[in-house]
This record gives sequence, C-alpha cells and structure tokens, in this order.
Amino acid sequence: MAMAPDTRSPAPGAAGKAEPPLTAGLRAKSLALRWDTAVVALLIAVFLVGLGTTDGFSGGGNLAFAFNDISEVALIALPMTLLVVAGEIDLSVGSMLGFSSALAGALWNAGWAFETIVPIVLVVGILGGLLNGWLVTRVGLPSLAVTIGTLALYRGLASVVLGSDAITDFPSKYAAWTANTTTLPGTFLTYPIVLFIVLAIVTAFVLHSTSFGRSLFAIGAQEDAAFFAGIRVKRYKLLLFVLTGLLSAFAGIVFTLRYGSARADNGTGYELLVISAILLGGIDFDGGKGTLAGAVAGILLIGVLRNLLTLNDVPGEVQTVVTGLLLVASVLTPRIIGAVTERRQRRAASAAAATT
Amino acid sequence: MNQPETGGAPVLALRDVSKSFGAVRALRDVSLQLFPGEVHALAGENGAGKSTLIKTLAGVHRPDSGEVLLDGRPVTFAGPADARDAGIAVIYQEPTLFPDLSVAENIFMGRQPRRGLGRIDRAAVRSTTEDLLKRLGVALDPDRLARGLSIADQQIVEIAKALSFDARVLIMDEPTAALTGSETARLFSVVRALEAEGAAVLFISHRLEEIFRLCARVTTLRDGRFVSSEPLEGLTEDDLVRRMVGRDLGELYPKQKAKLGETALTVRRLTREGVFHDVSFEVKRGEIVALAGLVGAGRSEVAQAVFGVDRADAGDVEVAGRKLPKGSPTAAMEAGLALVPEDRRQRGLVMAMSIERNIGLTGLGKLGRGGLVRRALEHGRAADWAVRLQLKYNRLADPVGVLSGGNQQKVVLAKWLATLPAVLIVDEPTRGIDVGTKAEVHRLLSSLAADGLAVLMISSDLPEVLGMADRVLVMHEGRLTAEIPRAEATEESVMAAATGRERAAA
Repeated sequence: MAMAPDTRSPAPGAAGKAEPPLTAGLRAKSLALRWDTAVVALLIAVFLVGLGTTDGFSGGGNLAFAFNDISEVALIALPMTLLVVAGEIDLSVGSMLGFSSALAGALWNAGWAFETIVPIVLVVGILGGLLNGWLVTRVGLPSLAVTIGTLALYRGLASVVLGSDAITDFPSKYAAWTANTTTLPGTFLTYPIVLFIVLAIVTAFVLHSTSFGRSLFAIGAQEDAAFFAGIRVKRYKLLLFVLTGLLSAFAGIVFTLRYGSARADNGTGYELLVISAILLGGIDFDGGKGTLAGAVAGILLIGVLRNLLTLNDVPGEVQTVVTGLLLVASVLTPRIIGAVTERRQRRAASAAAATT
Repeated sequence: MNQPETGGAPVLALRDVSKSFGAVRALRDVSLQLFPGEVHALAGENGAGKSTLIKTLAGVHRPDSGEVLLDGRPVTFAGPADARDAGIAVIYQEPTLFPDLSVAENIFMGRQPRRGLGRIDRAAVRSTTEDLLKRLGVALDPDRLARGLSIADQQIVEIAKALSFDARVLIMDEPTAALTGSETARLFSVVRALEAEGAAVLFISHRLEEIFRLCARVTTLRDGRFVSSEPLEGLTEDDLVRRMVGRDLGELYPKQKAKLGETALTVRRLTREGVFHDVSFEVKRGEIVALAGLVGAGRSEVAQAVFGVDRADAGDVEVAGRKLPKGSPTAAMEAGLALVPEDRRQRGLVMAMSIERNIGLTGLGKLGRGGLVRRALEHGRAADWAVRLQLKYNRLADPVGVLSGGNQQKVVLAKWLATLPAVLIVDEPTRGIDVGTKAEVHRLLSSLAADGLAVLMISSDLPEVLGMADRVLVMHEGRLTAEIPRAEATEESVMAAATGRERAAA
C-alpha cells in the first residue's frame, strides 16, 4: 500500500474519555461567527458612526429620546422573542396596542379613573392573547393566519370603541412617567426603558437558565420530539400568547401617555418593527434558535438607526424602506454566511485530503 | 488484495479506492467487483464506509486515490449524471418522487418523448411505462399519482426509472428497511428478474437473512477498510457478523432469564376508533413482552395511546396500579412510563440540539431547583448515561445530528433511561442500526429487565422478537390476535397470527 502511515488521532470519543477542550482561539472564532455577536458589533459601529457624523447624537437628551421612542417596540419584543423561539408568531401586537390605546381613551372620556382603566386594559390584552393562543393551540390553526385575522379584528375593535376621535387630556402625573425628559436620576434612561431593562433581564434568565426556556427551544426546533419528551407544548404556547397580548396592551398605555393621545390607529405597523428587530437580533424565524442578548441588540440597533436617520432629516418613508431592507438582510445574511462557511469547510477538507 | 477468482469480466469495479473527508478517512484501499447477472451484497456496520462507497460508484464523490473501472476501463464521473449515463442507478431507502405527478410522468420526468411542436407524447410515455412495469412483473397503474403510493411501490417506480435509462448496474441502499414481509418478497422477485436479464446488483441491508436469501457474493467493510469479498455459499451468519464487527459478538440475542415481579403495566380494553380496538394486556416487572405484527397493524398507535401522546377513545392504562389520565405524556412520565418512539429523527430527538440537552429534556424539572436548569447537572446526567451506554461521541455539546444512527438511538435510550422508568416501551429499537450496536441494545434491554424493568418491545424484526421476548403479543388489523409464550413462539406461529390466518384465543 502506497498510503502514508495512519496519522489519524485515536478514534474520536471513545466512551467515557475526557472531552477535547475548546481552545481559546476556537472559542473566539465560534463567538465571532455567531450572528448575535455580529449584531452587537454592528450596533457599536453604528453608534460610533453616529458620534462622528451627527451633531447632537451623543447628548443625553437625544439618547433618552432615541431609546424612549422605541420603548413600546422593545417591550413587546420580549415576549415575542419567546414566542418566535417556540416556533410561533403574533402579528396582532400592533393592533392590540391600538385597541388598548383606544379603549383607554374611550374609558377616560367616559369619566373613569385612570387607576381603574389600566387593569381593565391589561385584562383585555390577556383576553386578546388567550383568543390567539386558543385558536392556535386548541383549534390547531397556524399562528401566522390566526394573528393576521386578529390583526384586523383588534384594529377594527379599536375603531368601534373610539371611532376617528383623538383623546388627548390625560393626567400629567402619569404622562410625566413616560416622558423623554423624566429620566432615572444621573442617567439618560427613561422609566419605560428602565422597565424594559428589568424585564429583559428577567426574560433572558427565563429563556436561557430555566427549564421553561429550554423547553421553548425544544418546541421551536422540533415540536414532535418535545411533545414526546413530555413537555406541555400547548400550555406553554398558550402562556406565551397571553404574555404577548398583555405586554402589547401595556405598551398601548405607554404609547398613549407618551404621545398624550389615544387614537384607534396608534401603533399601526408596529408588528413589523417588533419582528424586524428580533429577527435582526438573530432569532430564527423557524424557531429553536437565538439569544435574548441578540434580540435586545437588534431592538437597540433599530432604535439608534431610526434616530440617526431622523437627526439627518431622512423622511419617514425612507426610514420604512430601511427597516424593510434590514429585515430582508437579517433573514438573508445568516443563510449566506452558512453557505460560505460550508463551502470553505468543504474546500479545506479536500485540501487536507490532497496532502495526506 | 485477495480478490477471489471469478468467471466473466466485472461491469463495474473499484480498485484500491480511498476517500477522506477532512481528518476522517471514510474509505481506505477498498476494492469491489460487480459482475453482470449477479446480486452482490455490501455488508458492514454503520460508519463502515458503505454510503461513501455507494456515492463513489454513483458519481457523487470522486476518489482521492484509486480508480473506478467501467467494463475494465478507468472512468471519472464528474457528477451523478455521468454515472447515470454510464448505466449506474441508485435506489435509495426512501425514494423521492414528485407526489403530484403520475407514475409514468415520474419515470420520464425531464426527458419525455416528444411529438411535433414540443408536445409531450403521452401515449408513448404511458405504453413505455407499461412495458417497463411488465418487465418487472409488477401490477401498477402508470396513471396513478405518486402521492399515496407505499414506499415499496415508490421503489418499484424508481427501479422502472432506472430500467428506462438502460441501467446495467443497480445499487440498492437498504431498500427493505421500511418494507413489510410481502413487499420485501415482491422486491426480491423484481431483483431476481433483473438478475436474469444480466444486470449487476449491489444490495445493502442490515438484515443478514436477506443477504443470505438474495445474494451470491458479499463484500464486507469495517472502519472504511476492505475486509473480504467472497461467495456467500458456505458462510454462516456468525461468520459474516464476525467479519463486520471484527470480533465475536457472542450471542446477538443475549436473553437473560429474569424473575418476574408484580404487574407494572396494565392496559385494559384500550380503543382508538378506526385504529385499534379492545386491546388488553399486562407487562410484569422483569418481563420483556414483544408486540409483533405487520406494519400498519396498529402497534405503534397502541404504544402512543398508552403513553398518552395519542388520546384513546376508551379503556384504561394503569402503571403500578395507578390509573393514568388520558392524553397526557407528562403524567405518564411521572407515573414511570417511558416511550422510545420509532421515528427517532422526528420524535425521539431534537436533531439541532446537543447530546446533553437532548438527554436533559426528559428531566428538566430535576436539573435544578425552582425551574432552573443547572448546566453542571445537565452535563453530569448526560455524561453518566453516555458512559453506561458506551456512546461514541466527540463532545456532549455537539448536536446529536452528527452521530451515527446507532449512537443516536443510544441517546434516545439514555434520555429515557435517565428518567428511571418502571415501564419502558421501545418501538423498533434497532431499526437502521448496525449489528454491533444492535447486540448492545439487546444486551441492555435484557439486563434492564433482569433488574426489574418491565419492557414492551414493538418490533418488525422476527428474529429479534423471538430472541428477546418472554411473551409475544401479536396484532392484526388493530386487534390483538394472539398471545404466545416464549417456548411456543416460532416464526410460523407469529406470522400466522400477524397475517390473520389463525386466530388464537386472546
């Protein structure tokens, strides 16, 4: 035989032997290849570009405004991340936000106390989430179709409740709570953003360190296998839809107070912003993949970009185009990276084979 | 290489072929000769290099060294199309037909005979297909849509397609893995017809008795190396296993005698409308009960209803005297029931998840307090069971998808044994697994039973049923038709009950 002596290392993974350690270099490389770390890097890059090119970007007042401006999107994105990881989606969040805003306005107009309105609106959010979840988990309809339906339904209900009116005279003590100018002392963090940070930490913990989070990844990756492993697939999904409805309704209250205006068309198209943000952050649309840190980076990136475009007088339509392009890019780029790495590995393999 | 003398010239051959993928050397100096009019078996465990060899013959891979010889002349296939044009056809285990096209259209996909103006000559497509099917001796309607054809029929369509290309070499990669007994018999008669026409056939199967039934010669691979190429005449199954595994396996069915304990699982009058009816049986601690029958008799469905993933319409399931709520796998698990499903890639494992997370999935509540998952506990649980089951792996953090079929099955077993069940239901525990791992699984089931586990084993592999079971339950068309104790269980008695020829008092 004209072959070189066998230089292959001992059969990989003889049972029970110590595992080969990941070298520091390998670990750094695999981290760099991860989409969510790439988004964090992109966020920092965009931030630096903003510092260098745009006057007034780095001011505390502007940053407070920039992040506060996406606080509703950010709040809804947290339960949506869990939902998409579990392989489902909720397109009705923008409409639920609008419905919640309109309902709050109508009740306020009818003379109800704001302290009573808030719990009522939140319960309505829960009911809306229950309807979505019930149709998906118990009736067995696809969530994309169900929530396109409730997207129209909840927006319609918003118009029924409030018509084309705008209610504006909300109490200032609550409105101040959401304002850009009220920040946590010594920082540029507004209260909605502080709340978002707290909830994001809780969500990250739930998703990555609890059995519930582990189950969501299993459900999203392979629902059958999760069900056969005794995971309560339907119950968990129902819970996520309810959470998403609840947070959407809450975001509706924040929105109403922040703009001081309750209208039936509040938050139109927010579902796209929310989904763009988390897909950009590396949450796989097919479920089962992603990290909450990535999703948060995606949210912040969208916020900073929108702010920079606004500061540079880019009109709103163009901003929408940019959001759309980002969404397409965030779905496309990981696939391209995957294809390129695979090709490179194949080439490396054949090169290695040629030298043996 | 000690190639034995044979008459005639090989139509297709490999000479000293090597092929590596990165650091993994899949084939090393392998030679193989296929003769016209002969069925040649390729034997070897999973990972022995059979797939790489097939793909080299089919033009998917190009050898790093050595050559492919067609009619004695070296050839280089640039791709599968080249190999096909040279008359080499591969029939895979699960054919890929276009479901919305007819049988005839599938056969002539992309190269339909034409009439004027580029119109497809449907009459010619149909009549040629009829001729092909007649040559194979199979009654199949050329106009029938591929959707809904059984896997066996789909394979026949693929074979007809290969004939329409004037294939001289037919490579069949585990064609019988998903077939019933009668379907296998029909496939074999088709293969014999091809053999008589002078085709060279390369046949791959994990079922040794099929190799002995159908083939004239066998080439054995082990760890990518050529072991032997010889006539099957005079060889025993044990000889062949020894060549594949490289050591004596001892017994393939190491059944230990176990003391039977109290009843662990009681199924009473379980019914799921239109699927199975009035199924009652018991499994005692320490006992292995086989559930035999033809594919489609409702065995897996019974198992799934017992475990609660399917909802039974009537009847009860009791584990250790405790009645289970209907339709709740979670409750069944808590009661000490475990189900290793038939479809491990869809239902047994989350393929994209790591080995340790898959094993942890059945014990999420026990991996930490208050709903937390502690990675150290998760890793420890996986490492513990990986050692006990002699899992071959690189890192426990690797996705299960990279493991071989046999090792994937071990992960599924580990995942369920880690729940320390009282009753283990295994559905086709050794399907698509190499002989070595198969014997390991059998030894494991046997020793688990000896330790007092109640095992319900669904299997279509008759030698496995007869070799492992203390008692054989047989299903036919959704009903239990026989209960046969080990001493009386024979191939004949089980098959008679499975085909409904004989209805023993249940």
